Amino acid sequence: MDVGQMQRTWVEYTKSLFREGFLDAQFTQLQLLQDESNPDFVVEVVSLFFEDSERLLNDLARALDQQIVDFKRVDAHVHQLKGSSSSIGAQRVKNACIAFRNFCEEQNSEACLKCLHQVQQEYYLVKNKLETLIRLEQQIVAAGGSIPIEELSF
Amino acid sequence: MNLTNGKGSMSTASSSAAWRAGDVVPDQFPAGLRVLVVDDDPTCLMILEKMLRTCLYEVTKCNRAETALSLLRENKNGYDIVISDVHMPDMDGFKLLEHIGLEMDLPVIMMSADDGKSVVMKGVTHGACDYLIKPVRIEALKNIWQHVVRKKRNEWKDLEQSGSVEEGDRQPKQSEEADYSSSANEGNWRNSKKRKDEEEDAEERDDTSTLKKPRVVWSVELHQQFVAAVNQLGIDKAVPKKILELMNVPGLTRENVASHLQKYRLYLRRLSGVSQHQNNLTNSFINPQEASYGPLSSLNGLDLQTLAATGQLPAQSLATLQAAGLGRSAVKSRMPMPIVDQRNLFSFENPKLRFGEGQQQISSSKPMNFLHGIPTTMEPKQLANLHHSAQSLGGMNMQVNAHGGQGGQGDSLLMQMSQSQSRGQILNETTGSHVPTLPSSIGQPVLPNAVVGGVLARNGLAENGRGTGYIQVSQSSSMLNFPLNSPAELSGNSFPLGSAPGISSLTSKGTFQEEVNSEIKGSVGFMPSYDIFSDLNNHKSHDWELHNVGMTFNASHQANSLQSNLDVGSSVLSHQGFSSSQRTGQNRNISAVGKPIFTAGDATDHVNANNVGPLNTFFDNSVRVKSEIVPDANCDTNIFSEQFGQEDLMSALLKQQQGGVAPAENEFDFDGYPLDNIPV
Repeated sequence: MDVGQMQRTWVEYTKSLFREGFLDAQFTQLQLLQDESNPDFVVEVVSLFFEDSERLLNDLARALDQQIVDFKRVDAHVHQLKGSSSSIGAQRVKNACIAFRNFCEEQNSEACLKCLHQVQQEYYLVKNKLETLIRLEQQIVAAGGSIPIEELSF
Repeated sequence: MNLTNGKGSMSTASSSAAWRAGDVVPDQFPAGLRVLVVDDDPTCLMILEKMLRTCLYEVTKCNRAETALSLLRENKNGYDIVISDVHMPDMDGFKLLEHIGLEMDLPVIMMSADDGKSVVMKGVTHGACDYLIKPVRIEALKNIWQHVVRKKRNEWKDLEQSGSVEEGDRQPKQSEEADYSSSANEGNWRNSKKRKDEEEDAEERDDTSTLKKPRVVWSVELHQQFVAAVNQLGIDKAVPKKILELMNVPGLTRENVASHLQKYRLYLRRLSGVSQHQNNLTNSFINPQEASYGPLSSLNGLDLQTLAATGQLPAQSLATLQAAGLGRSAVKSRMPMPIVDQRNLFSFENPKLRFGEGQQQISSSKPMNFLHGIPTTMEPKQLANLHHSAQSLGGMNMQVNAHGGQGGQGDSLLMQMSQSQSRGQILNETTGSHVPTLPSSIGQPVLPNAVVGGVLARNGLAENGRGTGYIQVSQSSSMLNFPLNSPAELSGNSFPLGSAPGISSLTSKGTFQEEVNSEIKGSVGFMPSYDIFSDLNNHKSHDWELHNVGMTFNASHQANSLQSNLDVGSSVLSHQGFSSSQRTGQNRNISAVGKPIFTAGDATDHVNANNVGPLNTFFDNSVRVKSEIVPDANCDTNIFSEQFGQEDLMSALLKQQQGGVAPAENEFDFDGYPLDNIPV
């Protein structure tokens, strides 16, 4: 695949992610922040997000696994996950978190568990997508090309 | 003339001096704006940092509120604005906000993924200058410099308004200023407070001619002085001019005080809201104690005599009171306080008074919570409330007991009490956590009772600032620091609790008082009273059985609990105390302090009730003593003195005092509030 082709693929892929709601405008902000002085910014932030989220998801699973569920704790975790996913632009994860918090308020264990699964699912999906995207980007750069962010104008 | 100059200089100053950003050239502004970002979410933190850098700001990030506070404290003029997340694990963002407002007076922007109206409102009431909803966009960050400018403009405006006075302000305010109308009525300028003021003076006096006003950093000590002054004047009658005179801080201007007072008032108001609740709680709690209180009065009389006799009034009275309250026969007149310094005595009292007040407020079952929000320094309101109800003391005790182990709790109460004064000071000092002052004492594992914690704290404090009273104490005692975390500090102090004489009840009281004082001091740093207490503690070799009595409080509540509460305060003194006056700074100590006390209250089921009663009385007495001994403590005592008006006690004390203590400056005119006031 030549650089041009890779770039086109990249553009299409990114657009589809936005279209399908996996990512939102906030992600664009991140992409715009990336520049020569910080060429790996998006990758760094996204990696940080993965790390943090996985930790949170584990904590959540543990917390919901208790005999007596501490909903306050659960809510705090979900709130944080909501914050970081929204900062990254992982829209579907964020939305799943919002629903999750509602059930936390109701102190509904079962519903919370379901929400947790939902969040996990969305998370793994977006993780997958982002990893693919990043791989594409790295290939482009390795081939000497640049990421055509400007073509993402929506 | 001055005004004209002021204006002129103002414009000049604003252009050149306004942006304290050390190396920022005015015309480059807002580039180089020094921003401190606090968020526990690493993803957000990274993104924010990048965004801010893109805006050409100078960014420092930290993921913990504690870290942020210590950074701010170490480098008081190192930042222009702070951005903080609301939900953080180690400290509530609002508490941090209060601390910063009180201690450093920096503009603070809150942010959160939470966009609920109540949360945003909280930001407003706590003094945040803006609230951002996550995810934060870079556009929102581009404009944050406006908050820095606005703040400076407001400061300048104040300056300008009293331009003529400004010049005068610049001069060291040792004595009545020429500009100030015979403010020197007070007579007793708190010279001791000048120590740290020198630094501020230096800053302030930079450009007398150009009216350059470097930002005044309300350190814990300064805040303590402020609180002391306010308490002395009475929160209602405290006007900036008078406060300024009382504080006698060279270089401090009326405007500085005015804006700080405003924040402080807000903080108090906020506290009173909570305290109301608490008071209710406390009252109910105290009720059962009534019976115990009854005898107290009589005890008081006894105590006074005894005290007078031994010169250890404070300890004794306390003990006696406590004993009385507790129904112990222990009114052992043995005045354990062997060495009680006059000073200590007095100082002791002051804190006690405060304590009483604080108790009231604190006693409510949720002292802790309260503290959280409250800058470590005790809410002035609370203290004020205490005035009304002698019970406050009881409350405190109760609380102390309740929490049992939480030495901090008791302390917090004390702290709160003393806080009223020290609040200001402590607030400034509270570095770590607002709650700081309290926490320290609370943390004391040593003193299971709040008392213990307090004592320890105090001891530590006492060492430092015996002479100076509060300020020192706070400084040395990690009051600031510890409230949140380190009970260790307190433990370090050798609390002579054990020495309390047979009067177990008394001791407890005494300790409690002390603890409170110390606690407060420690945590909040403000309470000058702490100092006294610590001194008292130190001096008093009497083995108070306070441990027993007072400790009972604590026993139940291990310091830990308090600490956690205190943590809230972050800067014990971090001036949370002021939340009202200082928007941001408030978080400090007060909150910390507040917490412990509250928690104590919660535990009300514990012995507390008993303690409270006697304690109140004790405070009264102690307060009186205090005033005599320590001028500084007066502030604190004032608060208390108002509440506890035991004429007989007072006279007895005074008698004693006079003998031992030199011209008691009893600035507080204890009108002899009858102990019976103890609202039960």
